[in-house]
Amino acid sequence: MKLPGRALSRITWQLGEVAELVDETPRVKTLILEVPDWPGHRAGQHVDVRLTAEDGYQAQRSYSIASAPEDERLAITVERLDDGEVSPYLAEELVVGDKLELRGPIGGYFVWETEQGGPLLLVGGGSGVVPLVAMLRHRAASGAKVPTRLLYSARSLEEVIYRDELDRLATEDDGLEVLYALTREQPQGWTGYARRVDDQILREVAYPSGEGVAFVCGPTRFVETVADGLVAVGYAPEQVRTERFGPTGG
Amino acid sequence: MDEQDLKLDGNAAAGLFRELFAFELTTARGRCDNCGAVAEVGAVAVYANAPGSVLRCPQCESVLMRIVSNGGRYWLDVRGISWLEIRA
Repeated sequence: MKLPGRALSRITWQLGEVAELVDETPRVKTLILEVPDWPGHRAGQHVDVRLTAEDGYQAQRSYSIASAPEDERLAITVERLDDGEVSPYLAEELVVGDKLELRGPIGGYFVWETEQGGPLLLVGGGSGVVPLVAMLRHRAASGAKVPTRLLYSARSLEEVIYRDELDRLATEDDGLEVLYALTREQPQGWTGYARRVDDQILREVAYPSGEGVAFVCGPTRFVETVADGLVAVGYAPEQVRTERFGPTGG
Repeated sequence: MDEQDLKLDGNAAAGLFRELFAFELTTARGRCDNCGAVAEVGAVAVYANAPGSVLRCPQCESVLMRIVSNGGRYWLDVRGISWLEIRA
């Protein structure tokens, strides 16, 4: 039956096969998946992943999609949380060829497509950068020239996910700036930000008041600080879209 | 960890909504019946650490919606919302 308008098809669990595993940082891995009949996604959306134990116990978590809609295969990037129920399995036990139960794509609020325009301000804390990188990949793949800045807060340079790709994209593209805030440890001669994101940093990085859209993703406290800070430097609350990662994200 | 760390947002309930609704609910706008604030569902506070999910107004923190599911049944308490505008 064809539903009118933008009605969505019923969401169901399906199996994806692990095609490739990429070590991003010591604690972060990207899972590249072959998902038959994947309906496609928009940058910023997520999938739910479900694990079932032999005794039937199930644990379910959401993971942001890292790949661009234009990419052939679906990628999710997983940070291993030592006391987590799901992420240690995904980041350590899973091997190429394994099947993974997932459903998606999910979400519509934290989504950016090139038609939405900009300028685009992306602010990510830790693995909160993942959906923002999907937006950057979408922007690059579609050839969009939307002026874009990514402000990425990480504890150390070693913990920056996708670093080579981000630096390459920023070098190749005049319209894209990538700025890092390293909160705990900085390499010698570091010229980037060396503290947590605060209003001063946002004042320097944000586009002049009233311009464009901002997407903020990370741990709850990070998101609250940045979202409040962006409003303080002139963004209207409606221009700031947020996605909070909870403490149970593992 | 305190209560603030447990606060998520409407994105965290998006999968649950997809089980129930034929249209994307996180981009629907709703009005808080307590304070009158209007927000997209994706922007409201969500607490998922209870036996169900609790949605709260980002302005006044009143409960907007409670959803509990178990064994293929869903219970929705939506009395905190005056209306929802869903884009079809």
